[in-house]
Amino acid sequence: MKLSINRHLMQRLGFTGITLMAIATVTPIVAVVIYILIQGLPAISTEFLTGFPHDGMRAGGILPAIIGTLYLTIGTAIFSVPLGIAAAIYLSEYASDTPLTRTIRIAIINLAGIPSVVYGLFGLGLFVIFLKFGTSILAASMTLSIMTLPVIISTAEESLRSVPQGFRTVSISLGATRWQTIRRIVLKEALPGILTGVILGLERAAGETAPILFTGAAFFLPRLPGSPFDATMALPYHLFVISTQVPEMPIKIQYGTALVLLVFVLTMNLIATVIRSRARSKRQW
Amino acid sequence: MEKSLNWREFVITRLIQASGYSAIIFVALIFFFLLREGLPALAEVKPSELFNVRWYPIEDYFGILPLLTGSLIITLGAALIAVPFGIGTAVYISEIAPRWMREILKPLVELLGGLPSVVLGFLGILVLSPFIRVFLDLPTGLTALTGSILLGGIAVPTVVSVAEDALDAVPRAYREGAWALGATKWQTIWRVTLPAAKSGVLTAVMLGVGRAIGETMTVMMVTGNAPVLAIKLGSLFSPVRTMTATIAAEMGEVASGSTHYHVLFFIGMVLFLISLGVNIAASSVVFRAKKRAERILS
Amino acid sequence: MVDKIIIENLSLQYSDGVESLRDVSLNIREHAVTVLFGPAGGGKSTLLRCLNRLNDLTEVKASAGRIMIDGENVLDPKIDVIALRRKVGMVFARPVPLPMSIRENIIYGLELAGEKRRSKLDEAVERSLKLAAIWDEVKDRLNDPAIALSGGQQQRVCLARVLALQPEIILLDEPTSGLDPISTGKVEAALVELKKEYTIILVPHSVQQAGRTADYAAFFLQGELIEYGEGKSLFTAPKNKRTEDYITGRFG
Repeated sequence: MKLSINRHLMQRLGFTGITLMAIATVTPIVAVVIYILIQGLPAISTEFLTGFPHDGMRAGGILPAIIGTLYLTIGTAIFSVPLGIAAAIYLSEYASDTPLTRTIRIAIINLAGIPSVVYGLFGLGLFVIFLKFGTSILAASMTLSIMTLPVIISTAEESLRSVPQGFRTVSISLGATRWQTIRRIVLKEALPGILTGVILGLERAAGETAPILFTGAAFFLPRLPGSPFDATMALPYHLFVISTQVPEMPIKIQYGTALVLLVFVLTMNLIATVIRSRARSKRQW
Repeated sequence: MEKSLNWREFVITRLIQASGYSAIIFVALIFFFLLREGLPALAEVKPSELFNVRWYPIEDYFGILPLLTGSLIITLGAALIAVPFGIGTAVYISEIAPRWMREILKPLVELLGGLPSVVLGFLGILVLSPFIRVFLDLPTGLTALTGSILLGGIAVPTVVSVAEDALDAVPRAYREGAWALGATKWQTIWRVTLPAAKSGVLTAVMLGVGRAIGETMTVMMVTGNAPVLAIKLGSLFSPVRTMTATIAAEMGEVASGSTHYHVLFFIGMVLFLISLGVNIAASSVVFRAKKRAERILS
Repeated sequence: MVDKIIIENLSLQYSDGVESLRDVSLNIREHAVTVLFGPAGGGKSTLLRCLNRLNDLTEVKASAGRIMIDGENVLDPKIDVIALRRKVGMVFARPVPLPMSIRENIIYGLELAGEKRRSKLDEAVERSLKLAAIWDEVKDRLNDPAIALSGGQQQRVCLARVLALQPEIILLDEPTSGLDPISTGKVEAALVELKKEYTIILVPHSVQQAGRTADYAAFFLQGELIEYGEGKSLFTAPKNKRTEDYITGRFG
């Protein structure tokens, strides 16, 4: 009997320890969001969200940074989404297990692991200097898209693969070509999952600073960017600069900027989660 | 071979194929550019000077060892935090938590993974760093420890989600077999489930570590940016500088084509190769485990 | 009675080395139910999948022989496979309703072929659901998701889906294996009606089903055709000892 008391005691202790660990991991997340909310809310006003900065960023609004992040996110989407989904379709529906396919997969894993600042270097070397785009929304978006590509490809491929194989067989047996099958059934059913992955990928791109440091971000621009070849302000870069390089920066404005960035990112997260759970309940398989 | 009279189908198929190959093209392109701008550093700076302990580019000192040790010590610190907390949380979510708790926790962890690193760095400057300075009675709160704590937090979501997937994938039959033999749930987790998910958990740790090595903004904001050789235990409590932070901080001020410029690209190449190594190691672990499983099941 | 399909010396080997069909020669009569039966691994499903070139999707290492349908060798890479698959329809062992409404399931094949006229599509829906003996059960809920039906109903919708394309040959691979006896009876009754207009090849899930439905029967064992004959005589007085052993249940 002593043996079994010991074992159950161990389980009790173990479970408590692990549970505490999980709580310790999750609590900071909630704390961070709430803290930024509390500290940043006082700064939020119509002027803050729609006005331009004054006095060396120490007053006024952050509209150009918000718009800039919006432009960059859209630009990233334009380049990475079609390419990423097409690559995912290739891997899921066309490719067989050959050395070439395995190399592609290794390449994707590697793209996913490259440090964001190395992407910045690459973007500088290729887009800004070699292709002469200069420090621009174009260069920054293309850099961010290559960084976002592996995320989109892997989530899209997983989504495509989860569509039951039986659908494809039936479709072919009724006289469909492979592409007809993909377009009418596979892609349609995988779309919510793909969309979730796209939004989560773009969310990450929106919050990144290092890739845009040398490729498109500027600290102070008097006007909103007028063309893709202009540089732009952006929320993550703006937060970085005002919290490390501007003396006498009002804390309120810093927290306000952080809050806006957080809300931008969390909203995308929320949209993705909602899409995912709604699709799960409406699924016809 | 399907006979496609439709040439539209042909064009679409070719475009899709080309998209598939694009990943390889991009990796090659990145490697090529890093090489192109980074290799000249080896010509312009003698290897003995490059692998030296003094990093002071203004006076032409390009020793990258302090940067390497800076990255190393922070990554180690981050791993010491991310591994136990990450695996522990994964075990909790996968094996212990009730269903409703799981539905709350998983999105929350995913949320942490989505937090921009600059926001965490920002809080690090304003909240964590003063706390550490006061709590540990140090001259400054911008230390390797601060960076490790934040990086640990950044790496944890990666570890949790990959490890949790791995644990989830362990067949129910394994657990039920252990219970049938009289093991407690706790014993089952440690002696059956976790070992069965070993390769997946290992991958999770490696990916988390990879994430930590590559992090830029957070470390740039909270580690103090002092390129000092970090090999003593005390180094943990003083400022250091990582390779990533160096590139981010100094790239804006270099003249294109100068030696400093080439050395920064060289450091970028080193980072690229390190992440390449970690990823190949991680995928070979999975590959070998799959082969083993195939052999056992055949 | 004409031979609709002439199979000449068909051999097939999968890329994992499994030899699925060995030198099979067989004639399929039109407007009749020909049953391919035998124990698992006999090559029956493989043969079906050759007839509508569904094997193009799997890794086939080597194949030889010809399959002549209406004078054309369908194994020839140059033929129009899409048209072939409309001519030779297939019903699978597990009902696979496409993730759409009943009506959309039925017209799927027609829309692939380019048919857009509403009147034609509606007419096809009614015609094929009646032929599959399920019109009365679903006529008021054509826009409901097909997945909401019972297993037996789903399978008959899958049959209707094939019939909508007005094929000439219908292949059925263990179509009633998951169904209850009543649904099975409905499917078998539908086949009796359908064979008047179509050529039907059926892989049954039991010898009893073979005996009930076969006009002609072919016994397959490990990729070889052992015996072929008229249904009535083959099941009561098989000529080959192995056929008799299988039918009487001495192995299976």
